[in-house]
Amino acid sequence: MSGKISESDKKTRKSKKYIGSVDRSQSRECWLMLAPFMLLFTVFTIIPVLISLPVGFTNFDMVNTPDFVGLSNYKTLFLSDKTFINSIRVTLIFALFSGPVSYVLCFLLAWLINELHPKLKTIFTLIFYAPSMANVYTVWQLIFSGDQYGYANSILLDLGIINSSKQWLTDANYILYVVIIVQLWISLGAGFLALRAGFQNIDKSQYEAGAIEGIKNRWQELIYITIPSMGPQMMFAAVMQIVSAFTADMVGRNLVGFPSTDYAAHTIMTHAFDYGWIRYEMGYSSAICTVLFIVMFIMNKIISKVLGKYTD
Amino acid sequence: MANEKKMKASNKQVGNRLAGTIGIFVFLLVLGLFMAFPIYLAVVMSIKPSQEWFIFPPKLYAIDPTLDNFREMFKVAGQLWVPFSRYVFNSCFITVTVTVAQCFTASMAAFVLAKGKFRGSKVLNSVIVISLLYQSNVIYIVQYMVIAKLGMIDTYFALILPSIATPMGVFLMRQSIGQVPDAMIEAAKVDGASMFQICWKIVMPNQKPALMTLIIFAFQAAWNIQANTYVFDESLKTLPTAVTQAAASGIARQGVAMAAAVFMLIPPVVVFMLAQKNVIETMAHSGIKD
Repeated sequence: MSGKISESDKKTRKSKKYIGSVDRSQSRECWLMLAPFMLLFTVFTIIPVLISLPVGFTNFDMVNTPDFVGLSNYKTLFLSDKTFINSIRVTLIFALFSGPVSYVLCFLLAWLINELHPKLKTIFTLIFYAPSMANVYTVWQLIFSGDQYGYANSILLDLGIINSSKQWLTDANYILYVVIIVQLWISLGAGFLALRAGFQNIDKSQYEAGAIEGIKNRWQELIYITIPSMGPQMMFAAVMQIVSAFTADMVGRNLVGFPSTDYAAHTIMTHAFDYGWIRYEMGYSSAICTVLFIVMFIMNKIISKVLGKYTD
Repeated sequence: MANEKKMKASNKQVGNRLAGTIGIFVFLLVLGLFMAFPIYLAVVMSIKPSQEWFIFPPKLYAIDPTLDNFREMFKVAGQLWVPFSRYVFNSCFITVTVTVAQCFTASMAAFVLAKGKFRGSKVLNSVIVISLLYQSNVIYIVQYMVIAKLGMIDTYFALILPSIATPMGVFLMRQSIGQVPDAMIEAAKVDGASMFQICWKIVMPNQKPALMTLIIFAFQAAWNIQANTYVFDESLKTLPTAVTQAAASGIARQGVAMAAAVFMLIPPVVVFMLAQKNVIETMAHSGIKD
C-alpha cells in the first residue's frame, strides 16, 4: 500500500516538476522580454519617483542638502496656507466640470465616429484630436482678448448679448470658466484615441450575431455588445482623464497668467509650480504633489471599482 | 403576408439606421466646426500680414495672405548658432529612434504583463498605473541628477533614453492585449511557440489599432522634445528649441509664433493620417476575411 502511494506520489511530483520547469523557463523568458522596458523605466521613472517621495518631509531648496522636518510641511499646508485651501476648491471645481464631461465626450464621439464611413472616420478623428496636438494657446488669447479685437467680445457685442467688452482673462468671475472651456477643447487626447482604437478592434461578427439574437438599434448594440468589450480602453481613458483633470496647470498659466486674478485659476498643481520653480521650496512643493497624488489614487480606485465588471 | 410585414419592418429599420447616420454626421459636423475653429484661426493668423492684426471688427480670414511669417521664422532660425538643417536632423533622428524603440519595448513588456504568468506581474501592473498618477516637480530634478550621474548630459542619450519607456505606452498596449483570448495563446504554446514568437507572430499582428495609436502618441511626444535642460551644446538641440527661439525674436512676434506652431503641427498630422489610414484598411481586410 505504501508502495502504491509513493508510486503515484512520484508521478505527480514528476509532472509537477515538469510544469515547474516550463513555468520557470517561461518566467525567465518573460523577464527577458520585459528587460529593455524595465531597465529604462526603473532608471528614469521608478528611481526618481522613489527618491522624490520622502522629499515632502524635508526642507529642500535645491542647493543645500535637505533636512528632515517631519510633518511640518503638511501642517502648514492644511492649517495656515489659505492659497492652498483655495487651490483645492479650484481643482475640485475644475476636475468636476472638465473630467466627467470630457470623459463622456471622448466616449460619445469615439462611438459616433465609428458609425460613419471609413474616410469620414479619419477626418473626424483628426478634427477632434488635433487640438491636443497643437500648441496654440495664443489663439485662445485672441478669442478671449479683453478689448474689442477679441473674437468673443466682437461676436457677443454684435449680437447684442453684452453691451461692453468683458475682461475674460482677467475678471475673476470668468477666468475659471474660460480655462475649463480651453481644457475641454484640448481634452480629446490619449483617452479619445484609445477608445477609437478599441471600437476598431471589436469583431464585426459580434454585431451580426447580435442582430440575429434580436438587437434592433444602435443603442442596444452599444449597451449589450460594445460597452462590455470596451472595458480595458474605458479604464485607460478614465486614468488619463483623472490625470489631466487633476494636474491641470499649464493651460491656466499660459492663458490667464500667473498668478491669476484672485487666484481664480490657481490649481493645486499651479501651487506646486509656484513653490517649486518660483520660490525653490522643493520640500513644500513635493508635499503638495503628494497630497494630490493621494487624491488621484483614491479616485482611480473608485473608478476601477465602477468599471471593474468590464475589466479582467 | 407575415413575410411582407417582416420585410416592411426590416425596411423601416434600415431607413431608421440611415436617418440615424445622417443625424450623427450633422451632430459631429457642428461640433467639429466648433472644435476646428481655433486651429483654423491659428492658420489664418500665420498667413496674416502684421498690419491686419488690429483691424476692427476682427476678420475671420486674411485679406492679403502672405507667407512672410514663415519666411521670417526660417530666416531667424537660419541665423542661429548652427545650420537649420542640423536642428531638423536632430529632431528627425530623435523622433524616429524614440518612436521605434518605444513601440518595440512597450509592446513586448505589455504582452508579458498582460499574458505572462510569473511572480511579480500583478505588482508591476499597479506600479505602472501608480507612476502615471504620481506627478511631482521633484521627479524632474532627480531625473536630471540621474542623467548627470550617468554622464549623459550633452549627449543624444539624454534626449532619447528617458523618453522611450513611458508608463502610458505600456498601459495602453497592456489594456488592448489583455483582450486577446487566452485560448489563442495556449494553442500556440501547445504548438511549441516561445513567448517571444507568440508576441510578435500571433498577438501583435492583431493589435494594429492599439499599435498605431501608440505610434501617434510616441511620435507626437518625441517630436516635441525640447532640449533645454539636458543639453547645452547647440549642435544637439532640436527643432522645437530652434523654432521657439525664432518665434521669441523677430518683429512680428505673434505672427511668427503662430507660423511656428502651425509648422510644427504638420509632421504629427501627417503621421496621424498615415496611421489612421493603415488601421482602417487593415480592419476592412480582416472584416472580409472573417
